[in-house]
Amino acid sequence: MAVKLPIYMDNHATTPVDPRVIETMLPYFNETFGNAASRNHEFGWKAEEGVEHGREQVAKLVGATPKEIIWTSGATESDNLAIKGVAEMYREKGNHIITQVTEHKAVLDTCKRLEKYGFEVTYLPVQKDGRVDLDELRKAITSKTILVTIMYANNEIGVVQPVAEIGAIAKEKGVFFHSDGVQAAGKIPVDVNKDNIDMLSMSGHKLYGPKGVGALYVRRRNPRVQLAAIIDGGGHERGMRSGTLNVPGIVGFGKACELCQQEMPAESARMRGLRDRLKESIFTQLDEVYVNGSMVYRLPNNLNISFAYVEGESMLMGINDIAVSSGSACTSATLEPSYVLKALGVGEDLAHTSIRFGLGRFNTEEEVDYVSARVVETVKRLRELSPLYEMAKEGVDMSKMTWNTH
Amino acid sequence: MAYSDKVVDHYNHPRNVGSLDKNDPAVGTGLVGAPECGDVMKLQMKINPETQVIEEAKFKTFGCGSAIASSSLATEWVKGKTVEEALSIKNTDIVRELALPPVKIHCSVLAEDAIKAAISDWKRKNTGAEAAAVKPESTTAAG
Repeated sequence: MAVKLPIYMDNHATTPVDPRVIETMLPYFNETFGNAASRNHEFGWKAEEGVEHGREQVAKLVGATPKEIIWTSGATESDNLAIKGVAEMYREKGNHIITQVTEHKAVLDTCKRLEKYGFEVTYLPVQKDGRVDLDELRKAITSKTILVTIMYANNEIGVVQPVAEIGAIAKEKGVFFHSDGVQAAGKIPVDVNKDNIDMLSMSGHKLYGPKGVGALYVRRRNPRVQLAAIIDGGGHERGMRSGTLNVPGIVGFGKACELCQQEMPAESARMRGLRDRLKESIFTQLDEVYVNGSMVYRLPNNLNISFAYVEGESMLMGINDIAVSSGSACTSATLEPSYVLKALGVGEDLAHTSIRFGLGRFNTEEEVDYVSARVVETVKRLRELSPLYEMAKEGVDMSKMTWNTH
Repeated sequence: MAYSDKVVDHYNHPRNVGSLDKNDPAVGTGLVGAPECGDVMKLQMKINPETQVIEEAKFKTFGCGSAIASSSLATEWVKGKTVEEALSIKNTDIVRELALPPVKIHCSVLAEDAIKAAISDWKRKNTGAEAAAVKPESTTAAG
C-alpha cells in the first residue's frame, strides 16, 4: 500500500491550501502588492480589482451579492462582528439573543460576554441527533428578541441544523438570523436567500483557502442589517470593519470559493463515498462503536465515533501516523470532555472515547483503508488493555458501580 | 503534546498486562478512577503470605498514554518488593521516572492509589496475624 504518512484527516480543524489557490495568490505578494485603499495609483487599483473579484467569488458561493460581503480576519471575528454588531445597533429594540448549546466557542463566548453587559441569552438545547427543536425556538422568541444565531453545521459532529426552517421562523417573527457557516460553506449548498439568512460567517482556511481571512455576509435589503463596528479606524468595508485588507488572502479565499462551487457536486459525492467506506469498515470489524449525531443531517465529510472502553487520547497515540482529533478531556485544555457530545446526551464515559474524522479534498480511498485498518487494530489492542472492556464482557453493569471519582 | 520516550515505550510495550483471579485470597485487587473521568486503573498483585513479597502483578488501564505507562511502571516496580516496600512508592517517583508533564500528574496519583487499594484489598482478605502486623492504610480518594 503506497500511502504517504502521516495522513491528514482533520479537515474540520483546517484544510491545506489548494495548489490552484496558491498560484492565484502568489502575484499579490510582490507584484500586485498594493494597498486596496490606495485610490490614486495603479498598485492600489490592481489590488482593489483582486479584492472585488474575490468578493464576487465569495458572494456567488452563498447566493449573495458582492456588496453584502465584509472581509474579516476569520470566522471568529465574523461571529463577533455579527453578534456584537447587532447587539449594539439594535439594543433599543431589545436585549434578547437566542443561540444553542453546540455552537462554536466564538459564538458562545461572545454571547456570554454580552450577558455581562445586560443582554439576555437563551441557549436552546439540542435533540439526541444534534439538531435544535423548531418548536423550542419558536417558543423562545419574545418581543425583546433581536437575534437568533444558530450554526449551519457543527464542527465536531458535522450535524446540519434545519437552517431554512430557522430562517423562515426568524423572518416571520421579524428577528435577525445569523449563522456560523464555517463548516458548511463550500461543502454543501448554502443560499442566503433560500435559507433566509441575514448574516453568515465564513472562513478561508476551512475550504482550501488560506488562514487569516474570513468574511461576514450582511444582508442589504429585505431586511437591511446594520452593524455597529467592533474595530474602528479608516472606515474600510463600509465602516463595518476598518483595517487594511489582506489582499493575497482575499484573492485566495475567493479562488477557493470558486473551486468549491465548481467541484461541489462531484466532491461531496466523493466525500460521502469515502466517509461511508470508513464507517462501514469500522462497524463491520468492531463491536460497541457508536456514531455521535445524526447520520441523515450531516456533512458528507464528517464522521464522529465513540469507541467504547478505549480512551480517546490513548487512541490518538496508537494511531500517531494519522491526524484526527478526539472529544476526550485529555486532549482539551479544559479537562472536560466535549460539551457538544454532552449536549447530545452522550455519557461522559463515551465522550472520552470519541474520535472525529474530517475527510477532505486530498484524501484517497487508499488512505481511508489504511486509517480504518489502523483504527481497528488499535482499538482491539487497547481493549485488551481496558479493565472496562473486560468488565463489560463479564456482564458487569458499570453504571451501577460506585466509582471513586476524582 | 510530546510524550517522553519512556511513556511511549510503556504504551507500545506495556508490561504485565492481564488479570489475576480476584477470588484468590493471595490476590489483592485495586480498581481506581472512573469512566466518566476518562481513566480507570485495575492493579492486581499476588502476595506470598509467608514473606509478604509481591510475586506477581498485573494491570489493565482505560486512560491516556500516561495513565497506561504509570500503571505499567507500577507493576514493574512492585514485583519482588514486600508489601511494606510497595507502600512506600510515591507518585512523585513515577512522575520523575516517566518525565510526566504537570497535566499528567493525576495519572501518577492514580497509579499510587491503585497500589494502595490493591494492598488494602489483600489485607481485608487476610485479616490474620501477618496482615495485622502491617499498619492498616487505605486510600480511596483518587487524583
